[in-house]
Amino acid sequence: MPDAGRVEIRLTLNGEPRQIAVAPFDTLLDVLRDQVGLTGVKKGCDMGACGACTVLADGRRIKACLALAASYDGRAITTIEGIGSPEALHPLQAAFVRHDALQCGYCTPGQILSALALIEEGVADREAIREGLSGNLCRCGAHPAIVEAVAEVAGL
Amino acid sequence: MSGDAFTYSRAADLAEALAAGAAPGAAFLAGGTDLTPLWKARAARPDHVVDISRLPLAQIEATSAGLTLGALAKLSDVAADPAVRRDYPLVAEAIRASASGQVRNMASLGGALLQRTRCAYFRDAAMACNKREPGSGCGALAGENRGAAIFGASEACVATHPSDVAVALAALDAQVEIAGPKGTRRIALADLHREPGDTPEIDTTLAHGEVVTRIEVPAAPAWRATYLKVRDRASFEFAVISVAAALEIANGRIVQARLCAGGVAPKPWRLTAAEAALAGHAPTLDVFAEAADLAVQGARPLAHNGFKIDLLRRAVARALATVGGAA
Repeated sequence: MPDAGRVEIRLTLNGEPRQIAVAPFDTLLDVLRDQVGLTGVKKGCDMGACGACTVLADGRRIKACLALAASYDGRAITTIEGIGSPEALHPLQAAFVRHDALQCGYCTPGQILSALALIEEGVADREAIREGLSGNLCRCGAHPAIVEAVAEVAGL
Repeated sequence: MSGDAFTYSRAADLAEALAAGAAPGAAFLAGGTDLTPLWKARAARPDHVVDISRLPLAQIEATSAGLTLGALAKLSDVAADPAVRRDYPLVAEAIRASASGQVRNMASLGGALLQRTRCAYFRDAAMACNKREPGSGCGALAGENRGAAIFGASEACVATHPSDVAVALAALDAQVEIAGPKGTRRIALADLHREPGDTPEIDTTLAHGEVVTRIEVPAAPAWRATYLKVRDRASFEFAVISVAAALEIANGRIVQARLCAGGVAPKPWRLTAAEAALAGHAPTLDVFAEAADLAVQGARPLAHNGFKIDLLRRAVARALATVGGAA
């Protein structure tokens, strides 16, 4: 039985069904990191600007710090843990490595998930990649390399 | 960051939403991209959140009569819709100029219209803000007011409404359908947002517990239209000022014009004097310049935002030149 005031939600997390009791005001970000232990998603600004918290909900990129977990009941959530593996990198992960598209790595899970969704949405050129990733900030300044990695995978 | 605790319910249908939303201290939740960060900053303090995000109000339908947009349609879906892009490109352009890809995926159209009118003082619980705490004063009035309104402000509040899509929809004379405990009503979008006067804590003409259900745009003539957004960063930034400009041109004459400015007022600001001055004239740069001069009549600057007046004048002229083919 959930605690009084908690909301039971069902999520499919990287393909695995999970049932979680959350507080009404818990963000999806806090639930993923603190309750589920998926710490690949990062808390940067916690106010929807930096994009370090980007995950996929039903395949669409969202900012988990703006998402109330209770409102995502029934959704399929993809985090960076669900993309590739150390033994078999996703092509975009391999491109990030090849192009040196990270320094500290803090923004990287969000960049990769955002870029994967952006490629699905469709990008015509590098300008569109820059515009499309404007919700993901990199304080280390790896943006040019990130754009090149995404452009390579997008076939540009 | 975290605000105060609240309880949560999810509405299965509109009737449930209206019943739950009538309670004092209840707030509606759609995409959450405005409510959640304001709640974290304690600029929004609901006791109870009513989640309306699953209501079947996400339709995007274009007919010969016009465009119907459900209030829960996601901004990204509206901007990507083929009929919107073909027949109402101004709306798609305004949406694409706003927020970021992730936020556009989460944000509802109704929520974009109903996001709080705000400035930096509203968002900072340590600062004086009559909108957030009536009677506490307006910190922006004699403080940092570079982003403040030049139209429609008052001694109590100088904040602006940040929505780009609202500016585009207002230019197109959109109507808004509202459901409430007492039934359904329809108003012009132009009448949805209020000027602050001496009650800046009230942004809109909605009664507590009312919910916007859909937005309707009248069928368009062949507008030539553009949304020009001027901002400090190239992306993911509110407008310093913006202009939605639409011209209907036939036989070398402007049949009718629509001009609406953002970033300058607590609501989308129709530039009606400029519109009137354009009608019947040829689309020339001189005509556009005269209209641009009229557009800034009555603007009232504060200490740091006077630059917006000339910026608006130039932006109106630039937007008109873009659509008038003279750019």
